[in-house]
Amino acid sequence: MTASGGEAVLFWVLAPLMVLAALGLLFARKAVHAAICVVFVMISLAILYIAQEAAFLGVVQIVVYTGAVMMLFLFVLMLVGVDASDSLVETIRGQRFVGILLGLGLGAVLVGVIAQATFPPSVGLTVANAETNPVALARILFADYVFALEVVGILLVTAAIAALVLTHRRRLVPRVGQRQVSDAKVAALAEGGLLTPLPAPGVYAQNNAMDTPALDPQGRPIEHSVSRILRIRGQERSAGAILAQERAVLVEHEPELATRRFPELSAASDEEAAADLSGGSTAPAPEPGAFATDTTARSTGSTTEPPGPPGPTVGPTSEPVKES
Amino acid sequence: MELTNYLVLAAVLFTIGATTVLLRRNAIIVFMGIELMLNATNLTFVTFARMHGDLHGQVIAFFVMVVAAAEVVVGLAIIVAIFRTRRSASVDDVNLLKN
Repeated sequence: MTASGGEAVLFWVLAPLMVLAALGLLFARKAVHAAICVVFVMISLAILYIAQEAAFLGVVQIVVYTGAVMMLFLFVLMLVGVDASDSLVETIRGQRFVGILLGLGLGAVLVGVIAQATFPPSVGLTVANAETNPVALARILFADYVFALEVVGILLVTAAIAALVLTHRRRLVPRVGQRQVSDAKVAALAEGGLLTPLPAPGVYAQNNAMDTPALDPQGRPIEHSVSRILRIRGQERSAGAILAQERAVLVEHEPELATRRFPELSAASDEEAAADLSGGSTAPAPEPGAFATDTTARSTGSTTEPPGPPGPTVGPTSEPVKES
Repeated sequence: MELTNYLVLAAVLFTIGATTVLLRRNAIIVFMGIELMLNATNLTFVTFARMHGDLHGQVIAFFVMVVAAAEVVVGLAIIVAIFRTRRSASVDDVNLLKN
């Protein structure tokens, strides 16, 4: 019996794609790409099963293989690390050459045997599948293979328990619960520990960035409110620096608003600007004609000195330097 | 189209799976090679069942699937356990019993 024309088209469309995807498993650098290739092969196999009058197996193939097994593979890939790729170092000398040779040999033997063998004329499953494929399968499965089915059930339960046992991790250190944490905090109180959580950074009225310290009730900055990492990197900013930056932006874009908000600015920065100009200023050139000379002096003054003149709002923050 | 085409396709897939097992070092990819081999044998079973008009071949393929599922569970659990202790999924690194 030969297959119908439609089945031949299906086969010749799917078979080359399947072989390509299987080669993708062989050659893909990344394990995830290989897994996707195998998923494609398995779905194509399910289609071929259904075309071969094995509807039940086709569905099981999709549900069990692509739905469960390959998803399990993907989960383990994520657990192990998606980027896990092969090392190209040969630990056994000539292993790759021998492997390719054996693979080609195996393929040649298998294909040669199939080409040489004489197969009986195909019967087809129309008679066997008379009362639908699943029913016919069930009649065989629950009559001839009942014992095997029971054993397979035991096997599945054993496998599930084995997976649990294998991936179970014994606790090596005692569990640190809420009570232990609070006890440790109280014990550390004598060495200057804190009972409360660390204060959150940046609760100025105008700025709540991560890199600015919070202010305590006296208006002094709390150093440890900024992330330790930022402090080690030296990326934290003082209130004065932020205010100076803000002021520079304001002066550049909204000169009128800047003069209204920082009235003390003109007097202080005029002197500095004069000093800057006499000492050869490196500040960026002001936009021509847009501002009065007063404004340009202010902008150069505020951009050249990063910490900024301590205005009334930042007064308290510059205090602790003197106090401590 | 002859049914032997299916057998040739299964043989090619089996060969690619076997070569993957021989060549690749990542334990998970090696495992997928084994799965590919099992699937190829299943295709052979299904084809022969159709060729002989006997559903026993499909039942055997069904059992292969069940056993393969159990095998995947245990195998992946072993891979995860090894990865936890050795921080590697490469089959080359599992050489504690050497020497």
